[in-house]
Amino acid sequence: MTVKDIDKNGPPRTTPIQSATFSNPINAEIRRAAATGIYDIRGGGAKRRVPHFDDLLFLGASVSRYPLEGYRERCDTKVTLGTRFAKNPIELDIPITIAGMSFGALSGRAKEALGRGASEAGTSTTTGDGGMTPEERGHSTKLVYQYLPSRYGMNPDDLRKADAIEVVVGQGAKPGGGGMLLGQKISDRVADMRNLPKGIDQRSACRHPDWTGPDDLEIKILELREITAWEKPIYVKVGGTRPYYDVALAVKAGADVVVLDGMQGGTAATQDVFIEHVGLPTLACIRPAVQALQDLGVHREVQLIVSGGIRTGADVAKAMALGADAVSIGTAAMVAIGDNDPKWEAEYQKLGTTTGAYDDWHEGLDPAGITTQDPELQQRLDPVDAGRRLRNYLNVMTLEAQTIARACGHNDLHNLEPEDLCALTMEAAAMAQVPLAGTTWWPGKSGAGF
Amino acid sequence: MQTYDLEADGLRGLNAALHAQSSETNQTHWEIVNPRGSHAIAVGLDAPIEVNVKGSTGYYCGGMNKQATVHVYGSAGPGVAENMMSGTVVIDGDASQYAGATGNGGTLVIKGNASSRCGISMKGIDIVVHGNVGHMSAFMGQSGNLVVCGDAGEALGDSIYEARLFVRGSVKSLGADCVEKEMRPEHLDLLRDLLERGGCDAKPEEFKRYGSARQLYNFKVDNAY
Repeated sequence: MTVKDIDKNGPPRTTPIQSATFSNPINAEIRRAAATGIYDIRGGGAKRRVPHFDDLLFLGASVSRYPLEGYRERCDTKVTLGTRFAKNPIELDIPITIAGMSFGALSGRAKEALGRGASEAGTSTTTGDGGMTPEERGHSTKLVYQYLPSRYGMNPDDLRKADAIEVVVGQGAKPGGGGMLLGQKISDRVADMRNLPKGIDQRSACRHPDWTGPDDLEIKILELREITAWEKPIYVKVGGTRPYYDVALAVKAGADVVVLDGMQGGTAATQDVFIEHVGLPTLACIRPAVQALQDLGVHREVQLIVSGGIRTGADVAKAMALGADAVSIGTAAMVAIGDNDPKWEAEYQKLGTTTGAYDDWHEGLDPAGITTQDPELQQRLDPVDAGRRLRNYLNVMTLEAQTIARACGHNDLHNLEPEDLCALTMEAAAMAQVPLAGTTWWPGKSGAGF
Repeated sequence: MQTYDLEADGLRGLNAALHAQSSETNQTHWEIVNPRGSHAIAVGLDAPIEVNVKGSTGYYCGGMNKQATVHVYGSAGPGVAENMMSGTVVIDGDASQYAGATGNGGTLVIKGNASSRCGISMKGIDIVVHGNVGHMSAFMGQSGNLVVCGDAGEALGDSIYEARLFVRGSVKSLGADCVEKEMRPEHLDLLRDLLERGGCDAKPEEFKRYGSARQLYNFKVDNAY
């Protein structure tokens, strides 16, 4: 640049640089907080990028491993849950279950769709806060009844109708937190089931009202077993924070099954800051949990269900290779039945969002008619058709997982093992305790030197 | 009368025997001896039977009760009559934490004192305590009635919804959104009935009524702290 150029155009200017720390989204949130005085509440799980199953790859068979024929050779998918103490364990055709989502947060038709899809695929669905509805029980061949801190709708009759009981200690999106069903979603029926007035916000407590700590939990589980004649498998669900100790304590308390939910797991509503900044990625939870089961000599005797960001058959296979007995899906099941469908884009725009980003499920305005109690919006979801889509999706995931397992030489999904995996990143290698791709090493591996 | 020695014959056998009773049973009177503080005694009952426990119990005695009358001739551990649906549970002595927690119906009578969180998250149960109750009693109480003939500890009725609280003695402090309310004639009538059912000779006029100010019913900025 010459003096003449400067005279003509002025001095050169520094290119504007956006701050990585004070980015536009961060600044927008600061302005929103300043304007409203309230934190942001939303549904869903962590949206930030965290190490995940995408950071793992399978090492298919070659000379050292013998693959199974991809379509014709048998690859079993069945799983039995609750073999430790329950008289009547649950037998599932596939190791993919539907996670707990409440009637109240979801419409009755959405719950029916989940029951239909899960039953057609040969798996279980789960109630949620607010109790068990007849539609849900009627359409679910295998139904897990959640025992939550709020005890909304809890009664011994429904407890006995359940196929299993899940004592919810925490969930991955908000370990240590409770919940809130906002008043606009409290219809007459929801209010009646929860024994609270219509239209008021209904809080779900963060801890159980009649027990504290693992010693009490053991006695609570005893009570539940006595009420149900030791027939039902009892799950304990924990949010992913200290998986080794939480799983060990759940086992000590007498759980038949431990459900471990990572931070990508969804929720109906809680603070965004909670979702994004509390808890562990699902990938980081599995190996410590399995280690706890192995140290106690109960791996496979106490089954481990992993949830939080499971989307594909590859995710299923990877979770199982790391030691899970089954996985559970919530957000993916909602997408399968129609959540965040592009066909509602115009309505998402009216709500100030867009397809794929809609997460204000607590507001009851869901264009897809899933997370609402609005009578008209609910009609947008056909439970039969939505159930069929869920069945198809579950079937595809199962086929995908089988494809991978056969390629690794396994005739049962449960024969997948960590040795089938490698990691693409150091972080994933450390969390999954599998070698960084092309090496035999992972951070923290015993005996590994630098 | 059926007599069951819990120490000799075990908990599973007891609850199985009690669960086997239907509404037409003629085995309507049961006596449980040697409870020795065992947990989960007489839980999940669903028949119009009378169960007399001759001694003190551990956790969750009478939990999720329907129809039955359970009488503990001693004191009760935590969570007595938790989530009761109907029927009656009577404790001659004291009750530990969480008595009547989340109860949906029925009547719980505690002739001694109740510890903390009595009636926590109550959903329709009636609880009559002849003595005192500990802190955080009726926390998040949704509906039903808690009658305290003695004193109440700190934070009574914290975050309460529509449960009604009647206290004859002092209240150390009220919890968030719990306020004293006018005792109207209909409340005196209700309380008279509760006291009679609870076998208590106190007079309704001696009590004060507490309930929700309903200021926390909908989420707003000023409630977020």
